[in-house]
Amino acid sequence: MSVAEMPALEVRGLVKHYPGVKALDGVDLVVRQHEVLGLAGENGAGKSTLLKALVGLVTPDAGEIYVRGEAVKLRSVVEAANHGIGMVFQEQSLVPNLTAAENILLGSEGASVRRGLYRWDVMRRLAQEQLDKIGSKIDPLARTDSLSFADRQMVEIAKVLRIEQRSQHPPVIILDEPTSVLESKEIDTLFAQIRRLREFASVVFVSHRLDEVLDVCDRVTVLRSGQSVGEVAAAGAVPRELHRMMIGSTGSDDHYHENAASVVGSEQPRLSVRGLSGKSFRGIDLDVAAGEIVSIVGVHGSGREDVCRALFGAEPATAGEIRMDGRKIDLRSTRAACAAGIGYVPAERKIEGMVGPMSVADNMTLTKQKARCAGPFVAPAKQASLVDRWIERLSIRTPTRDTAIQRLSGGNQQKVVLARWLVGGDIKLLLLDHPTRGLDIGARSEVYRLMRELAASGVATVLLADSLEEAIGMADRILVMNDGRVVTEVACPAGGKPSPLDLVKEMV
Amino acid sequence: MFAALSPQFRSLGNAQNIMDAAAVLAVVTCGITFVLMMGSIDLSSAGVMGASALTVSLLVANNRNDNDLGLLGIAVAVLLGCAFGCLSGLALVLLKVPSFMATLGVSAIGLGVATLMFAGVQPNITDAMLKGWAIDRFLGLSYLTWIAVACILVGWLIQRYTRLGRYAYAIGGAEEVLALSGVKVKPYKVAVFALAGAFYGLGGVMVTSQLGAGLVQAGNGYDFSAITAAVVGGTLLTGGRGGVLHSAVGVLLVMVLTNGLVQVGVSPYWQGGVEGLIVVAAVAAAVIPQRRRNQVVK
Repeated sequence: MSVAEMPALEVRGLVKHYPGVKALDGVDLVVRQHEVLGLAGENGAGKSTLLKALVGLVTPDAGEIYVRGEAVKLRSVVEAANHGIGMVFQEQSLVPNLTAAENILLGSEGASVRRGLYRWDVMRRLAQEQLDKIGSKIDPLARTDSLSFADRQMVEIAKVLRIEQRSQHPPVIILDEPTSVLESKEIDTLFAQIRRLREFASVVFVSHRLDEVLDVCDRVTVLRSGQSVGEVAAAGAVPRELHRMMIGSTGSDDHYHENAASVVGSEQPRLSVRGLSGKSFRGIDLDVAAGEIVSIVGVHGSGREDVCRALFGAEPATAGEIRMDGRKIDLRSTRAACAAGIGYVPAERKIEGMVGPMSVADNMTLTKQKARCAGPFVAPAKQASLVDRWIERLSIRTPTRDTAIQRLSGGNQQKVVLARWLVGGDIKLLLLDHPTRGLDIGARSEVYRLMRELAASGVATVLLADSLEEAIGMADRILVMNDGRVVTEVACPAGGKPSPLDLVKEMV
Repeated sequence: MFAALSPQFRSLGNAQNIMDAAAVLAVVTCGITFVLMMGSIDLSSAGVMGASALTVSLLVANNRNDNDLGLLGIAVAVLLGCAFGCLSGLALVLLKVPSFMATLGVSAIGLGVATLMFAGVQPNITDAMLKGWAIDRFLGLSYLTWIAVACILVGWLIQRYTRLGRYAYAIGGAEEVLALSGVKVKPYKVAVFALAGAFYGLGGVMVTSQLGAGLVQAGNGYDFSAITAAVVGGTLLTGGRGGVLHSAVGVLLVMVLTNGLVQVGVSPYWQGGVEGLIVVAAVAAAVIPQRRRNQVVK
């Protein structure tokens, strides 16, 4: 094969382990020269780990990366750039208080900085050259935080194109979820830009929105559970087909313990929400009965995370009312929510869910202090027997109750976080925000079992699932959110589950 | 307001007084501004100034020894400040000591070094040039004031036209982004602290010129006043905003306020407390619009 036909970038058998999780399990990927390759996969499929490995932010445990047929080791962003690989990050990665020109040239100032001294005229010219490449009309000396999101993205692309100066061949540009912050008109401009980039570069495009992926890409590679499971030519393909590959065949075993699903009574709803509105959602109505599991699904940016937090008073709601068992509760107070018997398991377990260096016992009794106290003082014996009881009931694997929670595996940490709401014995409603994120299959299954048991004991649950499969498997009812509103409600009883594709239709 | 309350406040002579009194604070604030722009904090100025004051008073003509190094002695004192700054910076980036603790420690070291050099006998300087800085005037302002003006100019040039200055600004804006762009941040952090230290060193020299003697307490109170002035001028403690010119305005505001309070007859005992109120109010005022903006952006 001549160099001209070599793939611009090739990945073979890439493996990356994290404690308890196999993020990449032998991924293969080929990016041809002058093509736009789409990368699709559900949350946790390994997309972001793969991208990080390609720009040197993650060192793979095994496998090879080839640039134009040559095996390379990428140990830092700079090394990746030297091989012509650059990425536009999902969270915009510009310094807001610098000018656009400085951001474009950051780290590769070239002739614009001589012996540490700035030459603003040269800098302006060099930045203008980069902006001209993509046909952007932005003033290079404008402060970055005065630009619109779309313009900032253009600045990022202009910045990434600087790697042309370092490598001797056309670059590979990775765009990670570039459309998530853009409006539809801006997306059109971005797509025109991507088609332009193809003339002198290869592009890897990652997006949750499958229609976009098919629209702008030549070819799509699908990842699932850290492996490449398929490759599709974009021309003629439909989102439905891609989605089927992303979620794979559902397992035949009872992963979600569906036979344990409880029968929901039809009395007064436990949680009743009317017209709840906040900055990213409007007019949410929601009822959850005792023992019922209701899942809210929606794409990134649909507002479902904010709704979940608003139910707990952790995100300000501007209008509407929340009632628990008919009694109205304060919208802005997490304290009021706790007092009303609402528990919240946050998505960012390590940041919001637990106090890492504190012991299992202290984490478990963090919220329901009364359960471990005698008067104003902590009663050690009371706390010990309470905690031991829950460690046994939830089969939490920990050396002792005094072990720091951060030393436990993710699944056991999550059980402790859940137990925090259970020790008080007054839990009525659980808000589970991605409760199985980062857990392996075994731990997931245990969390599902626990959810079933709680539901059976009459606890109402609102679930933001990690995947559509999980939502369908666990929920009795599913609300689909799109752009801040509930667009439809789907009954989801055991034995009568909807297919993921029915839901996707409403989500995008 | 002060002008209405006190006729003396309005006089040209008082304007000169304010400028002259502001000179040392302006130089120290200039240095601390770069550290604040990075989002770090620097509490070392008092100790560094003390050490530099003793160093310069023992190196130029004085009553303790036969040294008469003149300008060279001043340069050594400034370099000593630079070295102390370096120490703070290294403790921050290598030992990962938070900047407030690292610089507090360095301040104590500076005071310790100064006390050792003081050795119980106050060194009075006899160097005509250094003593003259505080007394001789040019266009109505003392030489010290002109030195301060020059420092502000140099500081502004560093901030605007050097990579060091722009990166200090960028570190305060989004440090992670610099790392993702392949910039090694640590050397710049150390360099910023070293630069700030040099300004404190010069500040110590200037105080020595004013007092005619090297005192351990030369920098007493400047650490807090400099932060106050920078914050009043609009430099954010979280970094990424403000600058040397902002700080210069802040210095003048603080000096006008303290001078004004004295002129209208407020007891000087009140001044410390008033300064404390000012800094808390200024930080609170700076944070409010910031919060609102974040809500819009996110």
